[in-house]
Amino acid sequence: MEPALISPAKMLLFGFIPTAIFSLLIPMIGVGLFAYIMAKRIIPLILASPDFRFDRICTRTINVLKLWLGQYRQPRYMVGGLIHILIFAGFIVLSIRSNQLVIVGLSEDFVVPGMGGIVGHIYNILKDYAATIVLITCIIAAVRRGLFSPERYKVPARYGKAHTGEAIFVLGMISVLMISESLFEASSVAASIQAGLHAEYLAPLSLAWFLKMMLLSSSKGTLQVVHILSYYVHDVTFFSFLCFLPMGKHFHVITSLFNVFFMKLDKGTIKPVKWGVTDEQLDDLESFGVKKFEDFTWKHMLDFYSCADCGRCSDQCPANAVGRPLSPRFISIKARELCFESYPLEKGAKISKGMPLIAGLLEDDDKGIYTEDEIWSCTTCGACEQECPIMIEYIDKIVDMRRGMVDEGAVPQSLQKPLKALEKRGNPWGKMEKKRAEWTKDLDVPVKILDKKTTADTLYFLDSITSYDDRIQDIAKATARVLTAAGIDFGILGKAEKDSGHEVRRFGEEMLFQDLKAKNTGAIEKAGVSNIVTTDPHAYNALKKDYDNLPPVEHISEVIAKAVTSGKIRLKPVENKELVFTYHDPCYLGRHNDMYDIPRDVLDAIPGLNRVDMTKSRDRSFCCGGGGLMLFYEPEEEMRMGQLRVEMAEEAGANVIVTACPFCMVNLEDAIKTSGLEGKMEAIDLVELIDNHLIME
Amino acid sequence: MEILVCVKRVPDTSENEIEINSDGSDIERDDLVYSVNEWDNYAVEEAIQIRDNVGGSVTVVTVGDEEDEEVLRREMAMGADNGILISDDAFEGSDGKGIASILKAEIEKGKYDLIMTGAQADAGAGQVGGMLAAMMDLPYASLVNSIDIIDDKKIKAGREVEGGNQEMNEIDLPCVLSIQTGINEPRYVGIRGIRKVASVEIPVHGASDLGIDASSVGENGAKVKRLDYYLPDLGEGAEMLEGSTDEIVEKMIELLKSKGGIK
Repeated sequence: MEPALISPAKMLLFGFIPTAIFSLLIPMIGVGLFAYIMAKRIIPLILASPDFRFDRICTRTINVLKLWLGQYRQPRYMVGGLIHILIFAGFIVLSIRSNQLVIVGLSEDFVVPGMGGIVGHIYNILKDYAATIVLITCIIAAVRRGLFSPERYKVPARYGKAHTGEAIFVLGMISVLMISESLFEASSVAASIQAGLHAEYLAPLSLAWFLKMMLLSSSKGTLQVVHILSYYVHDVTFFSFLCFLPMGKHFHVITSLFNVFFMKLDKGTIKPVKWGVTDEQLDDLESFGVKKFEDFTWKHMLDFYSCADCGRCSDQCPANAVGRPLSPRFISIKARELCFESYPLEKGAKISKGMPLIAGLLEDDDKGIYTEDEIWSCTTCGACEQECPIMIEYIDKIVDMRRGMVDEGAVPQSLQKPLKALEKRGNPWGKMEKKRAEWTKDLDVPVKILDKKTTADTLYFLDSITSYDDRIQDIAKATARVLTAAGIDFGILGKAEKDSGHEVRRFGEEMLFQDLKAKNTGAIEKAGVSNIVTTDPHAYNALKKDYDNLPPVEHISEVIAKAVTSGKIRLKPVENKELVFTYHDPCYLGRHNDMYDIPRDVLDAIPGLNRVDMTKSRDRSFCCGGGGLMLFYEPEEEMRMGQLRVEMAEEAGANVIVTACPFCMVNLEDAIKTSGLEGKMEAIDLVELIDNHLIME
Repeated sequence: MEILVCVKRVPDTSENEIEINSDGSDIERDDLVYSVNEWDNYAVEEAIQIRDNVGGSVTVVTVGDEEDEEVLRREMAMGADNGILISDDAFEGSDGKGIASILKAEIEKGKYDLIMTGAQADAGAGQVGGMLAAMMDLPYASLVNSIDIIDDKKIKAGREVEGGNQEMNEIDLPCVLSIQTGINEPRYVGIRGIRKVASVEIPVHGASDLGIDASSVGENGAKVKRLDYYLPDLGEGAEMLEGSTDEIVEKMIELLKSKGGIK
């Protein structure tokens, strides 16, 4: 049966030029150009540092299904997320049709294998609706982008120009694709109906269906022109779109699948200085950390390619919120722009290898896309990584660049003193080792100091701040009482304990961290305990993720939860009924270790405790200002993070902030004072609260 | 430009609790941690920056024993090209003049355009730089907080003067400068940097190497002898204000008014 209209595969232009030539040329040029661009884009990835990402294929596949195909993180921002899910789903459905259409230009009856018969009919209905939804969504997205643009899309002047133009252009291209595909189909169906021939069923109320209705009264000649024209508009737009993707933020359409597949699987860990180099071989490395663009690993470069510029990371970033000179989004965008400039697409254009990253870090070079303060501003809270829909990493990059700065000696004066004290005394204040256990004096319960002669089941690892800080020692004392009440045989390392080095590592001083780790590991082994408990989430994370082959490590909240369940600890009700408690999730307990419910369960075990959650809680918790060495760093900022956090607690209607981290305690108590909320708001550690409510036999 | 920086290993005041020993001759030195004298560290950083700008080399020198080698390594990890340890039993117990004469002997063995010391060290005397310059008959500027190299004959040195004033001097080379903290931001030296220079040979020069008459230095040659070392008793006139913050502030204002501090 002859179709009502001549197809692009058989059309003769001006009666003698077969349009099939275009059907062949357009894809050939398009695919050729695309392959050329992609080859150019892959060059820096080949020159990059190694990265080990080919393990645990099953986990990786599941991640792709959940995070990429399932768009799991998109609804965290409901409007933008929904729009994205609709366009993404439409793309997935239409990918088959788009490919089929390219070949139809050469062979009019081409059907993708498996797409014949009933499956094909169902698919056609699906794709009609998909195209319709994508078009409507694109219009909504364009209007939103142009008129009701969320704050997070704005580009501060120091970071360059807004990317609204590119966004609207791409939405326009997608819309042209949807309309031309539907016009191609609609014109054919309209002509078939006019000729009384069998016509493909168009999904009612779909874009193609509406277009068909509009075209029914057109002449056959007009329909023929529309048919051919729409085909080639689609063909040209399709390949232009493909080649435009690797030019900017829409590269994620291609790279996100790979970015999710190769994502970092172990939260809370820090990548080795160089993949494939063991800790013992570190001394042989000529340079440490990331100083030039190619020092980044290939996966980190892929991150730069993949950033869709959605601004969610920076919207959640506490450093950005308080006006520190850091916006994670622009860590990616600036690196991508540098990469595109250094590796130009033009044939024969000069590649600029070894572009410096941090201004003024390397000799005679003021060039660089980042500033030192920008890289020191990060508290490694992980809010950005928690939010990124395509799993872009920031902490490892920041740590790598800090390693580079430490290697060049570019460490702020405010951090040099504590680092030197850590080297000499094993704590950032340079206090005497023998005073590490001083808090146990005058304590009402005995605390063993473990050595070869004195042993215990459990080691209570305090870390520096809990050992030395006057206020935080109260947490240690409360812990000793709670552990005693729970009937746990425990002891401490005393002067043999050194700083866990959690922040030492995250501030880029890897060799000092290795030193502290070796000393602590030796002392812990000597103590011969069967498990470790800590009240400091930074120490918890360090011992769990940065150390090897230690006995199992638990946070005190886990120990309390078990003791409450088993009845070893009984708690009396809250006396003051006016108190409203809120739990502040410490970054290194929550986001980095997924421990959200246990501390809340412990709180709820206190009878009559009135607890509310802040809007930003659990994995969206807002960093208090950072722990460890961050306490010493003097950032440029408009206000303290802790101050914002205290305001959030106030907003939630709470007057007691419960936390489970000594650094949160320091920052929040400071913030309560500086916000003038003394007497109206208080901060207390979970262990202290439990200690206050213990029923003593 | 050939630069020599004299450095000293001192107990780190921020990382120690300094106590006087029982016989009152010195501080309790067990359990102390040591580091490079802070002023010297600024001097070395300045020397490295000058070398990086105009070329030449930086040598660090200290008078001490094998334990003091540690500070030379740290400064070499920072970027100094050479280290010299001046060590001899005969040097022990030298006073400031003794140290200056030992350093003079070492300096005369080489050819240096610029000699730097820290403005002062742990003893707080601030004497070695000035004495060294006088003994060597070289121009001297103390408490230097900025250096501009004009050419290989002259430099411009800024000095901090009482009351926040700044003085600029043109000084002929060679000269001796004592360096004030804050002249720059010394770079960080990590464990990695120190390990890199761990095996570099550091020559040790003794009295005979330097041609020093042992009796003119050390305890015997010292013309200044420490008689006692103690924490003075709290004198009259110091008063702790007590009470709530508001009360303390009020008392403070009253006191300042009565003593004529504010009107």
